Amino acid sequence: MTFFPYLVAAYIFLVGCYGLATSRNLIHAVGCLSVCQAATYVLLLTVGYRDGGTAPVFSDIRPGSRPVVDPVVQALTLTDVVVGATVTALLLALVIQVVKRHGTADPDELRELRG
Amino acid sequence: MTRRARLLVLAVGGAGLTALLIAACLDLPDFGRAAHPYGTRAVSAALARHTANTVAAVNFDQRAFDTLGEMTILFASVLGTVVLLRQSRDEERAAPESARVAAPVRRYALLLLPVAVVTGLYIVAHGQLSPGGGFQGGVVAATAIHLLYLGADYRSLERVRPVGVFELGDALATCSYLVLGLASVLAGTAFLANALLPYGTFNTLASGGSVPLLNAFIGMEVACAVVVLLALFLDQAVEIEEEGNRNG
Amino acid sequence: MNHLLPLLVALPLLGAGLLAATGRLLPRIAAETAGVVVSAGTAVLALVLLLNSSPPLVEWVGGWPPKASKGGESVGIVLVGDGVGLGMAALVSVLTVAALAYSWHYFDEAPEGQAGTFPALVLLFQGGMCGFAIAGDLFNAFVFFELMSVVAYALTGHRVEEARAVQGALTFGVVNSLGAYAMLMGIGLLYARTGELSLTAIGRGLDAHGGPDALTLAAFVLVLTGLLVKAAAVPFHFWLPDAHAVAPTPVCMLLSCVMVELGVYGVWRVYGTVFAGPGGIPAAGLEHALLALGVLTGVGGAFMCWYQRHIKRMLAYSTVSHVGLFLVAIGAYTPEGDDGAALYILGHAGVKAALFAVAGILLDRYGSVDEKELHGRARELRLPAVLFAAGGLALAGLPPFGTAFGKAVSEEAAGGPFTVLYVAVSAVTAGAVLRVAARVFLGLGPEPEEAAQAETKGTGEEPETHGRLGRLPDTMVVVPTVLLAAALAMGVVPGFAGVVSHAVSEAGSGGAVVTTTHWTPAGVLFGLLSTALAAGLAALAVTRPHLTAPHPWTDPVRRLRSGHLGDYVAWLVAGAALVGVLAWPSVLGG
Repeated sequence: MTFFPYLVAAYIFLVGCYGLATSRNLIHAVGCLSVCQAATYVLLLTVGYRDGGTAPVFSDIRPGSRPVVDPVVQALTLTDVVVGATVTALLLALVIQVVKRHGTADPDELRELRG
Repeated sequence: MTRRARLLVLAVGGAGLTALLIAACLDLPDFGRAAHPYGTRAVSAALARHTANTVAAVNFDQRAFDTLGEMTILFASVLGTVVLLRQSRDEERAAPESARVAAPVRRYALLLLPVAVVTGLYIVAHGQLSPGGGFQGGVVAATAIHLLYLGADYRSLERVRPVGVFELGDALATCSYLVLGLASVLAGTAFLANALLPYGTFNTLASGGSVPLLNAFIGMEVACAVVVLLALFLDQAVEIEEEGNRNG
Repeated sequence: MNHLLPLLVALPLLGAGLLAATGRLLPRIAAETAGVVVSAGTAVLALVLLLNSSPPLVEWVGGWPPKASKGGESVGIVLVGDGVGLGMAALVSVLTVAALAYSWHYFDEAPEGQAGTFPALVLLFQGGMCGFAIAGDLFNAFVFFELMSVVAYALTGHRVEEARAVQGALTFGVVNSLGAYAMLMGIGLLYARTGELSLTAIGRGLDAHGGPDALTLAAFVLVLTGLLVKAAAVPFHFWLPDAHAVAPTPVCMLLSCVMVELGVYGVWRVYGTVFAGPGGIPAAGLEHALLALGVLTGVGGAFMCWYQRHIKRMLAYSTVSHVGLFLVAIGAYTPEGDDGAALYILGHAGVKAALFAVAGILLDRYGSVDEKELHGRARELRLPAVLFAAGGLALAGLPPFGTAFGKAVSEEAAGGPFTVLYVAVSAVTAGAVLRVAARVFLGLGPEPEEAAQAETKGTGEEPETHGRLGRLPDTMVVVPTVLLAAALAMGVVPGFAGVVSHAVSEAGSGGAVVTTTHWTPAGVLFGLLSTALAAGLAALAVTRPHLTAPHPWTDPVRRLRSGHLGDYVAWLVAGAALVGVLAWPSVLGG
């Protein structure tokens, strides 16, 4: 079962897509988008894991004494988290305005832009 | 499309994508394997520049250009949210009313506030040494002052948090990061090269060359950005009202 | 010289930072001037670097060049300044200058103390797009991809008082972010396989591993999904008309003329450096995927374009269908096809930006961009009328416009039945533009009747300027004139095509394949044919509106564009699966 953690990432991504497609509330939809993004954290971190590895921080361990996990994916995940948080903030700001202008957060009732 | 048709499209596409992702997972290298070429190089490069926290070395030295982009995304989303949540023509402000706060909540929040702020600053300052750094510490410090909202009321929060100052801080921190990057171009090296400052003694506060400096700019940027973002959203919840809606 | 490459990103970002910092104090005129100066400075830098880009500039940001002792790989981020990347950066920068010049004193009074915000956002947009254009590292490309997306969402929703603007921006944001996360999943898979992030190192890692397998295919599908969402290929395109119809006009110019094309560019770049080797996806896989999606996009976009009455929406659909043509050119996977796509993208950028600029004039003059409502009302606008009609003819592929040149080269590279696609798509999309020109500016044809159908009208829009304009500002006319002249020059100036194809072959094949591009009699003839067809269609639509009005049989297709976020996400998932199905046989065979 060495590939099981990867399947978790794939599952999170797909379930986020399902939530987005069937969402009945825009705030919920933005949350589902964050779920999709969480899949990318899980994937990156599992990819970077080393058996028996610890944090790649050498303030209290001697370099070379223990295996450390891949620091690059950790940095990428950190970037990804910040990107995700800011995108979520911006999208929520848009949701606030949509609710103000349309009076509803239900995508089923937002049918103005079509054709 | 009807809900049914949408589910059908989703089911067909989702089935294909699921099959593809499962097949890809089976082809992935074993979980926990030892070979990480980039990671291994990153560790030795970090140690060569006396940075104990390799993640900070990747973020602020080796891949500092990514961090520039990331910081700018945060900066852009603050600017964008300022634009999107501005008070529009048909809205007006209502002064927030203070609400009574239960005494234990008040005591706990006011006690925790200084501790949380100091913790945030500590995490920022030790970014190159221990887990954490500008991003994490900035968020802690910024959310810490919002304990004032929980412990006292909105008006006291507004007093310690002039949004204009924090917007300015956000912009200045972004500029400082860029200026430090440009300084190394003027010095004749590559953009954002960690070559201007001595690398210092391993595992001390002043180690890692420009890493602590960039880390501090990020800490400032994140703290200011989070404060501004929260202020904008709180404003929407507390102060801004539609016209003709001022009855409560 | 190569140390200057990152400045393409740093300069606009610094300008944006300073504008945001001082925006409260600056008078509006100073903020807008500063925006134009910074973007123009970056444009000059891009052009200077472009002139020095042979051989390509390579820069290791942070001073981390690869060391042979460390296995020949670096820990830093690489920027690649070849002719194509810098060409895109130059195009981005020049159009940013045009958009900022066009929006000179254009917006309604900026909110108090925020005079610098709009130019600052546009500069951030420029920095993000330049960063994406010169990225040589896959994760770095993702970061700048996200930067340009985030700024684009904010700019699209800039007019928060408008219900449609915020809804379009939200759809845009959700669909594009989902695409970006799919791309990041793909990057994660590639990192797992190769342990590298720079494009060339990933490509080498894939080749070292051996032939393609399901993981390579999944990574290809996920990365391509992100890029194709940005490129608005069918069925990932649904966000585009919603966003482009509602964004402020100067922003539309940037969205439609470079941001979308950067998605196409990304596909070309990523396939060429990551997946083109023996360990990647065989060329047949790319060809099947891009040709199929390209045809769908071209036909679907042209179909929807024809039935729009909202002028900006019509132009947006025209962009969708042209993206289809670019994808077909790249999907032909020949050096000539790449040349054709590059020329076509350049010509299209000038023409489409000019058309949007004229649509903006209509919006601000009459508070409407509705073809039926504006019937005959814009007779007084002589020069804009000429510009709009000329833009329509250029879009149709009338030689010697740059669009016609790009179309001719792409069409010959794709060859065979694709010629029909190129001629038909150009004729239909340009026919719609010419029809609007005839009805709105000349008042030809019968007065339109109100249709009872549910469709997006262009009425009830708020003007973007401070009140309706009494007199047209010069900048709003000069900008489209210059852009159209540039599009014309691209087809006329001798040697221009040679420079472009030299840059493309150097960036694509390392200069191994040298192509020559020039006007051919067939290209000119097909250009004239599509122009004549466009004029014919426009004449038919004006004189016999009932023949070209929407019919019940078009409804099912039109109804696919439901405006529902969930539908778009479902289509995105289905589109990703479709790309996988199209590329799969080549992986089995390879």
